[in-house]
Amino acid sequence: MSKLDSKIPEGPLEQKWTKYRSTVPLVNPANKRNLEIIVVGSGLAGSSAAATLAEMGYKVKVFCFQDSPRRAHSIAAQGGINAAKNYQNDGDSVYRLFYDTIKGGDYRSREANVYRLAEVSGNIIDQCVAQGVPLAREYGGLLSNRSFGGTQVQRTFYAAGQTGQQLLLGAYSALQRQVGLGNVQMFARHEMLELVTIDGKARGIIARNLVTGELERHFGHAVLLCSGGYGNVFFLSTNAMGSNVTAAWKAHKKGAFFGNPCFTQIHPTCIPVSGEHQSKLTLMSESLRNDGRIWVPKKKEDAEAIRAGKKKASDIPEEDRDYYLERRYPAFGNLVPRDVASRAAKERCDAGYGVNATGQAVFLDFMYNMKEKYGRAEATKRGISNPTDAQLKELGKEVIKEKYGNLFDMYKQITGVDPYEEPMQIYPAVHYTMGGLWVDYNLMTTIPGLYALGEANFSDHGANRLGASALMQGLADGYFVIPYTIGAYLSTEVSRMSAEKEKPDAIDKIKTKHPAFDEAEKAVKDRIEKLLSINGTKPVDYFHKRLGKVMWDKCGMARNAEGLKWAIEEIRKIREEFWKDVRVPGTNEEFNPELEKAGRVADFLELGELMCIDALHRNESCGGHFREEYQTEDGEALRDDENYAYVAAWEYKGDGQYELHKEELKFEAIKIAQRSYK
Amino acid sequence: MNLTLKVWRQKNAKSEGKLVTYQVSDISPDMSFLEMFDVLNEQLISKGEDPIAFDHDCREGICGMCSMFINGRAHGPLTGVTTCQLHMRSFKDGDTIVVEPWRAKAFPVIKDLVVDRSAFDRIIAKGGFISVNTGSARDANNIPIPKQNADEAFEAAACIGCGACVATCKNSSAMLFVSAKISQLALLPQGQPERYQRVLNMVEQMDKEGFGNCSNTGACEVECPKGISLENIARMNRDFLKASLIQKPKKETGGGAM
Repeated sequence: MSKLDSKIPEGPLEQKWTKYRSTVPLVNPANKRNLEIIVVGSGLAGSSAAATLAEMGYKVKVFCFQDSPRRAHSIAAQGGINAAKNYQNDGDSVYRLFYDTIKGGDYRSREANVYRLAEVSGNIIDQCVAQGVPLAREYGGLLSNRSFGGTQVQRTFYAAGQTGQQLLLGAYSALQRQVGLGNVQMFARHEMLELVTIDGKARGIIARNLVTGELERHFGHAVLLCSGGYGNVFFLSTNAMGSNVTAAWKAHKKGAFFGNPCFTQIHPTCIPVSGEHQSKLTLMSESLRNDGRIWVPKKKEDAEAIRAGKKKASDIPEEDRDYYLERRYPAFGNLVPRDVASRAAKERCDAGYGVNATGQAVFLDFMYNMKEKYGRAEATKRGISNPTDAQLKELGKEVIKEKYGNLFDMYKQITGVDPYEEPMQIYPAVHYTMGGLWVDYNLMTTIPGLYALGEANFSDHGANRLGASALMQGLADGYFVIPYTIGAYLSTEVSRMSAEKEKPDAIDKIKTKHPAFDEAEKAVKDRIEKLLSINGTKPVDYFHKRLGKVMWDKCGMARNAEGLKWAIEEIRKIREEFWKDVRVPGTNEEFNPELEKAGRVADFLELGELMCIDALHRNESCGGHFREEYQTEDGEALRDDENYAYVAAWEYKGDGQYELHKEELKFEAIKIAQRSYK
Repeated sequence: MNLTLKVWRQKNAKSEGKLVTYQVSDISPDMSFLEMFDVLNEQLISKGEDPIAFDHDCREGICGMCSMFINGRAHGPLTGVTTCQLHMRSFKDGDTIVVEPWRAKAFPVIKDLVVDRSAFDRIIAKGGFISVNTGSARDANNIPIPKQNADEAFEAAACIGCGACVATCKNSSAMLFVSAKISQLALLPQGQPERYQRVLNMVEQMDKEGFGNCSNTGACEVECPKGISLENIARMNRDFLKASLIQKPKKETGGGAM
């Protein structure tokens, strides 16, 4: 149990980062040029880290499986990015952002990390604006904000419904600038398939060139995994098709502990599943809950009539609607955190009030705010004293369109229904994973020299992430944390290099000839050959869909011991079958997407089991982890702080074997309390 | 729905390609075009045939990876959507659909419907940025930007880099893509210091990559899934002309690192 050292600096919370940043060892510019850093993944965390480290003078290699670093899935983030700027003069502060994040995470995250995140949040906005990221502005030319769940201030910066795209393109621009200057070598259409460790330290990776199938060896004095989350273990999620756990999982099997794997975020507002053929789910941004009111019919017969297509939402009179979030949580209303909103939707649908054909959907309705909030304000502005209902709607529609236009278009495109006329139908879906590789305050995993940034690590969001905080964390880690904290390790590398008279890789190609690289490459090769040689009867997706269903049913929005035990057995069976009966067409020496997918699903089949093991061991409910056995009388998550106020960090001990290590969470600045949004 | 598909098959960049005919049946109108391809690929795999390679990732119209030329149109018959957002309800039972990759000299085919668009990254690396190192930014609200300019910059910045403009253009011109980035940065105060060097450098790289020129037919604007406006090209040309007149001999941009 003593293996985990979180390396949190001493001193009062608000001074930890400032003091640490000023005392962390530095690497002098001449030495930086001899140090090579591998960055896996080119999303917000990866691009921002790679660009910044290259600006500082390190030699950087970046790997992504897509055809361009600009495609990373950060691009799809819609709603916004939080920052404690207090531009709205509504009482925001670093402390308040910190507090909201800890509370939102249901007291399962590390105070020192979260405080640092809140501290650097403002710098992120400054940096992005300087890069030319066109964030939304008011008429006076200053930045605009909106609200997100779990907060009572407006601290979310945004660019229409494309905030992730704009921030990623900013980081991508910075990255491409460094590529152009020769400081970063970019390897697109490459996938990391193994981590190379020498004497217990991360020393490089084996990557597969996805176009030619060639296995390549790459040396690094440090390796940064910025490879995102693992929501695709559920098959259906809002993640991109290619999002995967492979890089992190390979690192885990080489000794990096996996933190809180069962902490998964189920996002309340996604377009519901429509049929068997579906390959992915589409999110409707949380920002919509600023103006959308969530409801189901009060009467079961109305819900049944809607499901049967006999009634429409607009046929249900106001008094027969149950705005259940406003009813249950008057203080936060529709803007409760995601885990709370998701569970509440499930509760209503399970009780028989769901509204689409499958009964698995609730309404997200904009009509009230369209008319009463925006329509009326516009009418007043234009001096229309007695606006008609139609006028209010028309005037309000323009405002709604400006705020959420692309989301409304997307909804219409997918469902064929016009959300300006009829309310959206939404249902929770897998969106984000709070769990990830365990890291210390420096973002280093339990393997020296191996770091995890962004969604790939476990650190800042506890058991539930607040909306608009993923972009903040990815960029905080990449722009403002790792550039400092990596010095603590690389400065020791400098001493070692000089003692061992090691030459930079550019002059000396010998390093990748080390037996550890031979071994790692052979392991990758053997596995690929095995996948191709099974030549079974079922395609990869068959197994992925089966795994996804088990995960969703038993390790999704609600979990219980019995179901989890069954799931563990079932996943083992699916995994066994996979290795006997999967069919992977083609060869290794070509562009072979099915082979890529097979390797990723094989890893998901191992991770899924660990998630269930973690969920089973945590005998409490917290945030997104809801164990049916542990709930309050009114159905809220019931934490057990006495026994479970720790991070569960799992060590890989061979096939299906994991050892639990605990990092106790100490709350010094915040008084731990029952989370309430009532 | 039952459909006949004629799909471009090409083993790799060096081999010759051809259209191959496939039949798919029981396609639901709610499926996306790519989900229909998933079904076809599952069929091919179970028959022991090579599945069709195509690029895709987010499947919600924002990553810019999907890139099919459907019945002679980039991203298919609808306007304002990417291939992944095209649903089968846009087709009729019994239709024959021809699917080809983006075709342009600067986008060589990798396999089947997958092309290499790295030329776009190389153009951005020549100037599609503002040279500001991390940590040197001033407070964001110290740079007020008129809302209209910010909105216009955003509209240009909405480009997803899919390459539909190039695939559509009879000259395989990349000017809509390049001008969108140039416009975004030219419209913002932060982009002014490098404005004229940027346009010269990016255009030079664009030419080097083998993209054609613009002859103002406007097809790119019509097919652009994000509605990037032709005005951007006009703005780029204006800046290019001005830059050519005022700039001293070329210097590398992006300096200041190390």
